[in-house]
Parts: sequence; C-alpha cells; structure tokens
Amino acid sequence: MTRYGFETRMIHAGSEPEPVTGARQTPIFQNTSYVFHDADDAAALFNLQSFGFIYSRLTNPTVAALEERLASLEGGRGATCAASGHAAQLLAFFPFMEKGDRFVASNRLYGGSITQFSKTFAKFGWEVDFVDTGDLDAVRAAIGPATKALFAESLANPGGVVSDLEALARVAKDAGILFIVDNTMATPALCRPIEWGADLVVHSTTKFISGNGTSMGGAVIDSGTFDWAQNDRYGGLTGPEPAYHGLSFYESIGEMAFTAHYHAVGLRDLGATMAPMNAFLTLLGLETLSLRMERHCDNAATVAAFLAAHPAVAWVSFAGSDRSPFKPLADRYFGGRYGSVFTFGLKGGYAAGMALVESCTLLSHLANIGDTRSLILHPASTTHRQLTDAQRIAAGAGPEVVRISVGLETVKDILADLDQALTRAGQAAQAAE
Amino acid sequence: MEQDLAYSDPFLADILGRTRTIAMVGASANWNRPSHFVMKYMQTKGFRVLPVNPRDAGGEILGEAVVATLAEVAAPVDFVDIFRNAEAAGAITDEAIALAAEKGIRTIWMQLGVRNDAAAARASAAGLDVVMNRCPKIEFGRLNRELSWGGFDSGIVSSRRRRMRPI
Repeated sequence: MTRYGFETRMIHAGSEPEPVTGARQTPIFQNTSYVFHDADDAAALFNLQSFGFIYSRLTNPTVAALEERLASLEGGRGATCAASGHAAQLLAFFPFMEKGDRFVASNRLYGGSITQFSKTFAKFGWEVDFVDTGDLDAVRAAIGPATKALFAESLANPGGVVSDLEALARVAKDAGILFIVDNTMATPALCRPIEWGADLVVHSTTKFISGNGTSMGGAVIDSGTFDWAQNDRYGGLTGPEPAYHGLSFYESIGEMAFTAHYHAVGLRDLGATMAPMNAFLTLLGLETLSLRMERHCDNAATVAAFLAAHPAVAWVSFAGSDRSPFKPLADRYFGGRYGSVFTFGLKGGYAAGMALVESCTLLSHLANIGDTRSLILHPASTTHRQLTDAQRIAAGAGPEVVRISVGLETVKDILADLDQALTRAGQAAQAAE
Repeated sequence: MEQDLAYSDPFLADILGRTRTIAMVGASANWNRPSHFVMKYMQTKGFRVLPVNPRDAGGEILGEAVVATLAEVAAPVDFVDIFRNAEAAGAITDEAIALAAEKGIRTIWMQLGVRNDAAAARASAAGLDVVMNRCPKIEFGRLNRELSWGGFDSGIVSSRRRRMRPI
C-alpha cells in the first residue's frame, strides 16, 4: 500500500471527492440524523454490525473526515473528535475509569488540565496522582494496583517542559497501563507520540490544528495497539459492556474497540460532540499545518532570543534555548523545532506582568494559544488562578511569568510591540515599588 | 503479526470484488460474536454467507442452514473464511484445497489474529489466493470508505470520484 507523505495526508486523508456530487472540498454535513434503508439496516447499525450513520451526536460525515485525517497524521488506528480539548480528555478516560480508579499525571500540565483532573474528575471518583514525570522512579512509585493510565504532555503548556516520551512509554508498558499523551502544543507536524510508544494521543484542536482561532474542538487518537486483555484492569472494554447490551468491545471489534466505544458509548452518553462546522474549519486549518508550524517555530525562536537579551526580562523558558535543560529532549522528539508557546519571567514581577499584557497593541491579550495571531497572557492572574501557589510554580506559572504564543505576523513587528510594552512594564514595576 | 503480512489494496479489492459466496467456518449463532458481526455485514453487502459449525449443524444462522463440515456445503463457494485458531486453520485449509476444484474455491481467508504460514504455502502452491490476519468486513468497509465513517484511518488517499453503484 502506498504510504503518502505527511503533507499529502495533511490535505487529502479522510477527504476524497464526495461521491454523490463530486464536491472536491469536504462538505459540511449540517444535519442531525440519517435515514435507514429498513428496520433490519437500523438494527444492524445499532448493534454495530454495520458501518454507517445514525445520529450526529455519535458520528457525522464532516467530523469523520477530520477524525480520519487526525488518525492518519498521528499514525493511529482511529480518532474521535469532541467538542473541545477538555471534552476529549474526559472522553479519553471514560471507557476504562471506574469509581476509585486512579491515574498518574505530570505535575507540569496545562493548568486547565490540572483543575479538570484534580477537581472535576474527583466528582466521578477518579483520582489523580501528580508527579514530576521527569523522575521515572517517582512515576514507577506512583503506579499502584488501581492505576489505569499515565498522562503527560509532549510539550507542556506553558512551561516549555518536554516529556521523555519513549522512557515514559516503557514505564507504562512495564506496568501494563495506558500511556496517554497530550500533543496539542507540538502537533503531529513536530511530534507523533504513537511512534514513541504512546497508546492514546489527545488534542485540543482549538489550537494549532485549526490554527486560526475559529473553532473549539478536541480529539482522542487511538494507536490500536494496546492489549486491553493483558491484565484485569480494563473490564470496561474486555468485559460485557452494560451500557451496550453486554457487548464485549475488545473481543468483538479488536483493535477498533476504543474508537468504536468512544463513539457508541462515550459520545452517546456524554454528548460532547464536535459541531460539523467546527470540523470543517479544523480540516481547512490542517491543510496548512506543517507550513504554519515551521513559521510559528521560526518566529518563536527569534522572539525568544530577543527576550533573552532584553534587560527587563529575568529568564526565558524556551525549549529551543541552548540553556534549556529540555533542549536535548526537544531535539530528539521534535526534530529541531521547539513550538511557539513559551514563558518568560519579568524582573518587575506580578505588576510588570500585568502591565506588559495591557500595553501590547499588536499581540492580543487573551486566553488561547496556537492562533495565526500572536497572543500574550499573564497566567497567574488568568488561566492558572484556580491553582495553589505551589501548583502554579510547579506548572511554570509563577507571579512574574508571562506566556506568549508567537503567531505568523512579520517578526520585526512582533519584536517592536514587545519592546514598547516591556518599556511600559518596567515603568509600571517601578511605580509599584 | 502485522508487520510482515502486506496485501495491496488492488489484491484485496480483486478478491472481494470477484467473490459471491463465502463459506464461514466457525460462524456463530450468538449475535455479539465477531463471526456473527461479519456474517451479518457481508450479507448486507450482497454476499451469500454459508455457515459451517459442527456445534450448530442442522440449525440456522441469519437465514442460512448450518452444516458441520466444508464438504457438506451444498452450493459452489469461492471464498473460505476461517474463524478458528491458527492450528485448526491448517486442517481447514487442507480440506479447502481438496475441495477447491469441486466447489470453485479460489480464496482462503484467515481472520484477524489467525496466521498459519505452512497452510498458506500449501494453498498458494495449489493456486489459491491467501489472506491471513485480516477481516473481510474491515477490508470491505475500508476499501469502500465505510470504515472512515467511524473515524478510522483507511490509509486511502484518492482524487478520484468513486462511482455509485446502480440501483
């Protein structure tokens, strides 16, 4: 079978000409439900005995095109899209987590993930153990009999922390548990975690994958290679599923079990479905992913070097910096690119951080990353304000920290805006003293 | 098991395109068994599927009479789908080779997880096409893009407009 290159699949995977009309671009199937041929056809669809569409909460042709494309780009068997990255994370854990089950996660995750895992998941009786995933012994020690998964970000938002994916995959494999990687910041253009041993990959497609700040979305990509029957931890997939008239997904559908379960049970009962319009806009974004990532990363490297040399800046946490402890891992896993989201610290502390984001006139002060536009944020006062001081510092979001998502504008314009805003931030810090 | 078994899409499409009748060895009457899923699906796609299973012989699965052995299948059969383990697949393959001329058998297909290289070599030497460790439902669905509807990677990239089947 011809295996096409990444850029070819970025444009074509999942999107052949629509056979009824010949439409070349993937149509937006803006409809809720699908006609059955007859009662027998309907029964076969509901029994998962045939492939087809029932109701757009479960599957939709436009969303399916995006799912196939993401599965192809990440090197997975299948993918399931969801309404947002947070919805995708909930969906990812849903098939195998029961009340009292645990998972181990990096303590340097995106703050929103830390809150979701430690506060909201706890309401379902799902418990998380946060550890420094750079310490493999700590990871091993945290895995107990009720642990179902290990979760890390390939490139953490926003601290510039890079996970040693291959080493973590080995720890998870030795323990017989799933290794789940959030690949939002790196995107499959820089890193494909399944190639390093990840079992599941999750994304907020809202970020670089859609790329234009238009569409909320998330995805779970299943490698299709995890052996659910190797131990008794995964009864939700290997045993009879009470929410699907006793079907054993792993036995009946094998390597397709996880993706089928996500659609047939997860989306059916959690309802966090991606809208077809958002899937369409995300497909459009994906067509240029590798080109955008190249420029995002180039611009980011220029901005990081500028900031590192600026007198108002105390430090820059950019994985591409020669001084970053994560550069060797980034070189290994991201092929010499370092993403475009990073943090830096201002000598003027909290007051300077607030003043900087308020003084920008080209960079946008908002809570998102991975837009064509350059974005800037003071995490301690916004995205990470729900966390404790210790959690903020562990997540690389202390009081002096500013997060930047470098966009695709002319890079000298980005530098000029930062330069004038840094001057104002310095003045504000002096006034606050 | 996957790495060293590569079948081209045209090879699989040719087999599935020429096949009319499938003898399914190990067909189950239980609705949630994988073999039942495959039989039901292939029937809806216009294939006749004849179940072979000594345990259920004399009964009926999805409207077709169940027989105990391949030799007892009454109609011509061009495709033998083996839903048994790798060891059993050897004897079934030999039986299929012996019956090939009489029944019109051209394809030996071993299901996902089933691989018997020695049996495959014997079948190939007898002029039969062999596919191992694959599911005809998944391959038919994949080649016709139905698998893609569920979010799965078909591995197919094409700028060609597929022709719709006439009504």
